[in-house]
Amino acid sequence: MKVELGRIASARSGDKGEGSNVGVLARSDLAYAFLKEVLSVERVRAHFAGINRGPVTRYEADNLRALNFILSDSLGGGGSASLRTDAQGKAHGLALLRMVLEVPEEVVQSVAENSVGSG
Amino acid sequence: MAPKKRVLVANGQGFWGDSILGPVRLLREGPLDYLTLDYLAEVTLSIMQKQRSRDPRAGYATDFVRLIERVLPQLVEKNVKVVANAGGVNPHACKDALLAVIGKAGASGVKVAVVEGDDILERIDTLLKGGEEFRNLDTQQPLAEIRDRVLSANVYLGAFPIAEALGQGAQIVLTGRCTDPSLVLGPLVHEFGWTAADHGLLASGTIAGHIVECGAQCTGGNFTDWRTVPNLALVGYPLIDAAPDGSFVVTKHAGTGGLCTLDSVRHQLVYEMGDPRRYLTPDCIADFTSLRLSQESAERVRVDSVRGKAPTPTYKVSISYLAGWKAAGELTVCGPDALDKARLCARIVWERLAYDGFHYDPEERLEEYVGAGVCHAGIPGAEVQDPPEVVLRLGVKGPERDKVDRFGLELVPLVTSGPPGVTGFAGGRPKATEIVGFWPALMRKDLVSARVSVFTS
Repeated sequence: MKVELGRIASARSGDKGEGSNVGVLARSDLAYAFLKEVLSVERVRAHFAGINRGPVTRYEADNLRALNFILSDSLGGGGSASLRTDAQGKAHGLALLRMVLEVPEEVVQSVAENSVGSG
Repeated sequence: MAPKKRVLVANGQGFWGDSILGPVRLLREGPLDYLTLDYLAEVTLSIMQKQRSRDPRAGYATDFVRLIERVLPQLVEKNVKVVANAGGVNPHACKDALLAVIGKAGASGVKVAVVEGDDILERIDTLLKGGEEFRNLDTQQPLAEIRDRVLSANVYLGAFPIAEALGQGAQIVLTGRCTDPSLVLGPLVHEFGWTAADHGLLASGTIAGHIVECGAQCTGGNFTDWRTVPNLALVGYPLIDAAPDGSFVVTKHAGTGGLCTLDSVRHQLVYEMGDPRRYLTPDCIADFTSLRLSQESAERVRVDSVRGKAPTPTYKVSISYLAGWKAAGELTVCGPDALDKARLCARIVWERLAYDGFHYDPEERLEEYVGAGVCHAGIPGAEVQDPPEVVLRLGVKGPERDKVDRFGLELVPLVTSGPPGVTGFAGGRPKATEIVGFWPALMRKDLVSARVSVFTS
């Protein structure tokens, strides 16, 4: 089924030099395994084409069920050189969570079971 | 002295500008042994250098002195120790101001320590002559290319000078630039007697410091599932309940707002993260992929099993320099046809400036239509076609101050000589302000010596 990434993951982002990092936190083990497979560097780079102009790097932290993306040129200049409203990339996490993905039912289901009482 | 069984370290300030209620409430709402406070963002030290060049008594976080004046009775009564990087580029002036307010309050015998040695601005030329190049870590350019525009230069010190200051009996430790996590790691090194060879323990304390360094960001602030967070207004600031074996619990005082869960802690663990296996500090290399998280009880998240390695032989140096000028301003454009009219306004501004001989490259120009999809530009589903109003933000930057200032004159005239419905010009003319560039570099550790001195009120 088609769902927004935010359904199966949460995120936080912030500035890192002339770029930003986006940490994506899967909401279940199944969701993490799925995202490791599907949330590729190419896909994330294409999603941020209107914001980021540089290469994207991905790191994995299995113990945190986290993928960490570095958008290397996403602030319109680093430090205080940016003129942008979001000069620190604070909004990039939520921007990634808007990505629409084709997600297997059991993955969506696993998240629902995992988040009892948090909705 | 036998090491303590557990130590409670709180962070009450995530950055200069954070709510004063953080530290005030931490001291009021429950037990703690240490209160840490972070005041230094990247840009802060360049501002402080400028303040000091105008006034030899300035160049530190003045908010800190006002905070201590307010909370001194509780600090003394509960014997809470304070570690803050409020010293900026003038820690002795900060110390003098602090001793003055402590003296005025009639508290005698309070020991204040100053950690210095991080500020290498006045040594730069000597170091360059000695062969240090301070090559930019991102671009590999040598510092010589921008030497005449350098505003500040500071080494990121680690936790051991802070531990040394505490060992000399200081109740308040003032530092200049040090790594954010070392404000927490310093007290743990002091209390538990950890040594420079204890890389795993140092990595543990580093991660503890990383989790709390942005204040309420690990207890429910800036949290994806914000609707589930209770009482953000009186959110609890975080506490590290640490044990000598390196394990620790992230928690907050009972009855405070926010939450402390696996999810809230994971959110902060990935903040400002690069390679999670190699989190570099002056004291160790911490491996974030080694740690184990568990929810001990409703508001207690346990962290253990952290691995660490020996640190690199260099310190990171943060150099700031004048990188040009910028100005930005905004007007609100109401509907109907708000977006079309705002686009016309932008075109008018650039054409009028061009008429007068001022051209700005696309790279030097900003056009934003706030309300129509700015923060999530280009993301499907995030852009609005016909908003009831938009905020038009225009800006320019470049090496010439006059050219940047000239732009600032053409924004407000749109109110009477643009399309109808242009308002919200309360900010007046945008003026050129300095762009502070960052120049991250490395420096051999043996060229830096941290110094600790202690003073008594």
